[in-house]
Amino acid sequence: MVDTTAVMFTKLAHYRWTGLIILLLAGAGAVACARGHAQQASNRTGGVVIQNIGSDTMVNVAQAWAEAYADVSPNVSVEVSGGGSGTGVAALINGTADIANCSRELEPEEIARVVAASGREPQRFVVGYDALAIFVHRDHPLDEISLEDLAAIYSEHGNLRRWSDLGVQPRGCAGGRMILISRQSNSGTYHYFREAILGRGVDFRLGTLDLHGSKDVVELIGRTPCAIGYSGMGYATPQVKMLRVVRRSGEPGIAPSVETAQSGEYPIARPLLIFTRGEPSREVREYLDWIHTDAGQRIVMTSGYVPLGEPSQSQIAAERR
Amino acid sequence: MARGRGELALERGIELLIRLCGVSAILFVFGIFFFVFREGAGLLWSGRFSILEFFGSIEWYPTSQSRVRYGALALITGTFSVTVLAMLLAVPFGIGTAIYLSEFCGARRKETLKIVVELLAAIPSVVWGFIGLTIMNSLIIRLFGAPIGLNVLNGAMLLALMSVPIIVSIGEDALKAVPDGYREAALALGATRWQLVYRVLLPAARNGLLAAVLLGVGRAVGETMAVLMATGHSIRMPTSLLDPVRTLTATIAAELGEAPVGSDHYQVLFLVGVLLFTITFIVNMCAVRIVRGKRGRG
Repeated sequence: MVDTTAVMFTKLAHYRWTGLIILLLAGAGAVACARGHAQQASNRTGGVVIQNIGSDTMVNVAQAWAEAYADVSPNVSVEVSGGGSGTGVAALINGTADIANCSRELEPEEIARVVAASGREPQRFVVGYDALAIFVHRDHPLDEISLEDLAAIYSEHGNLRRWSDLGVQPRGCAGGRMILISRQSNSGTYHYFREAILGRGVDFRLGTLDLHGSKDVVELIGRTPCAIGYSGMGYATPQVKMLRVVRRSGEPGIAPSVETAQSGEYPIARPLLIFTRGEPSREVREYLDWIHTDAGQRIVMTSGYVPLGEPSQSQIAAERR
Repeated sequence: MARGRGELALERGIELLIRLCGVSAILFVFGIFFFVFREGAGLLWSGRFSILEFFGSIEWYPTSQSRVRYGALALITGTFSVTVLAMLLAVPFGIGTAIYLSEFCGARRKETLKIVVELLAAIPSVVWGFIGLTIMNSLIIRLFGAPIGLNVLNGAMLLALMSVPIIVSIGEDALKAVPDGYREAALALGATRWQLVYRVLLPAARNGLLAAVLLGVGRAVGETMAVLMATGHSIRMPTSLLDPVRTLTATIAAELGEAPVGSDHYQVLFLVGVLLFTITFIVNMCAVRIVRGKRGRG
C-alpha cells in the first residue's frame, strides 16, 4: 500500500512537471536550469567522484543507484549521464568515464581500442537483466507467440490484424480486432522492442496505443480483453498473462522468468552490463559490490528490470575469490 | 498643499503601475509566442521539414531510424474530434445548469449546487485522466462492446465534465447580469417562465454565454493530461466515436520531456505548440467578431 502511494506520488509529480513545462512552453530554459542544479549538487558533496556514462536504457537505474549510494558512502559521489551505450564505450576508451553502462556486449573492435588506449582489458560486470514480457488479458486463450508473429503484428508492413489470424477468439473481445499497446516513441523499451522484434530500420504500425509508463501498459491490458502489449516482466499483475515466446517455429515457447532471462534462453531479454577499464579502483570496486548486494538489486527491481538471481550472485562472488 | 502634491504623485504612480499591468499581459502573450516560435522556427527553413507533410500526412514517426516523418494530420483531427464532441456534450448541460441556477432554483439549493459545481472544477486533470483510464475504460467496453475503452468518447466525456464548471459559472454570471427590469417586463406581458428564458434572457445574455462556451472550448483544446490518459494516445484518423486518437497537446506532453534540446524532434514539437497557439487565437478572433457583429446589428 505504501509502495503504491509512493508510486502514485512520483507519477503525479511527473505529470505535474510535464504539464508545467507545456504551460510555460519554456522547455529549453527549464531543462537547462534543472541540469545546472544537478551538476552543482553532485559536485558539492566533494570526495571521490565516479564518472558513470552510457546506456539510456540504464540511466534511470544508474541514477537510482547513485542516489541511494550517496547515503551508503557519503564521500563518494557518482555522476551519471546517458547518451547511449556507444557514448559510454567511447568515454571508456578516452578515459573520461570510470564506469560505462552498456545494454549490449562490447564489439571485438571496441575491446581492442580499450586495450590500445589503456593497456588493460575492459572488465565486464552483469548488474541485472532487461526482459520484455508479452502481455495479454488473463482470460485470453493464447499461451504462446512466435517472434515472427510479433513482428507481423507490430510492424509497419505486418499483416496480422485480428485475433482470428492467429486462430483464437478471446472472450469478451467483440469484433476480434487486436488492440496493440505500445510505448511513447522516446522510451527505451520502445527502442529495444523495435530493434529486437521488428528489426533495424523497421517502424511500428500506426494506430498503436502509445502509453506513458510500463505500469500503465499492464494495467490497461488487464482491463482490455482485445489487447496485447509489451512491458518489463516485473510489472505483471494477476489481471494479465505473460505469453511464452517462441524463438523459431518448431521450438518450444519459453516463459519469461528470472532464470530464462539470466540463461539467455528467453529471446527478448538482454543483460545490463557495466564495463570498467581494467581492474577497477577501490572506490569503483566498492560501488560495484554494493550494486550486487540486495539493496542494489532491489533498485534494479523497482526500476522495472530483472535483478540477478541467487545463483548468479554466488557465481559473481566465486569469480571474485 | 504639500500633502496634496504628494497624493497626486502617488496617484500617478499607481496609474502607471496599473497601465504597466495591462501592457504586461500583451507583452507576455507576444513574448511566449515569440519564444515558442523561435524554438521551432529553425526547422521550418532547414529543408528537413515539409509543410505539406505536416498538414497532409498522418505518419508521425519522430524517432524512426530509417525515415523520420512529421505528419500531424492525425493529431489535428484528434484534437478537433475530441473538442467538438466534448462541446456537444458540455454546452447543453453547462448552459442548462446556468439557467437553472440563475432562474429556477431557490437560494439554499443554489448555494449547495454552486459549491458542488466549483468542486468539480477543483479536481486535477490527472485525476480525471485516471478515472478515464480505469473506470470509464471498462464501462465503455462493457456498454458499447468496443474493443478498447480509451477513445474519442472517453476523452470527450472527461473534457465535457471539466469544461462544464467554467461554462456554468460564467454563464450564470452572464444571466445574472441581465437587468431584473427585463424579467419583470416579460412577466408583466404574460410570458411563461420558459418563454422568459428562451425569448428574453438567452438573447440578452448572448455575449456572456458565448464567452462561457468559448472559454470551455479553450479548456478542451488545451487540456493535456486527461486526454493523454483517456484517448488512448494512438495515431490514426478516427472513423467512429469508439476509435482511439491522439491529440496535439498530448503529443507535446509525451515527447517533449525526452526529445534532445535543439533536435529536429524538439523543434517540431514547438511547431505543434505554435499550431495550438494559432488555433486558440483563431477561436478567440472568431468570438470577438461574432460578438461585435451581433452587437452592431442589435
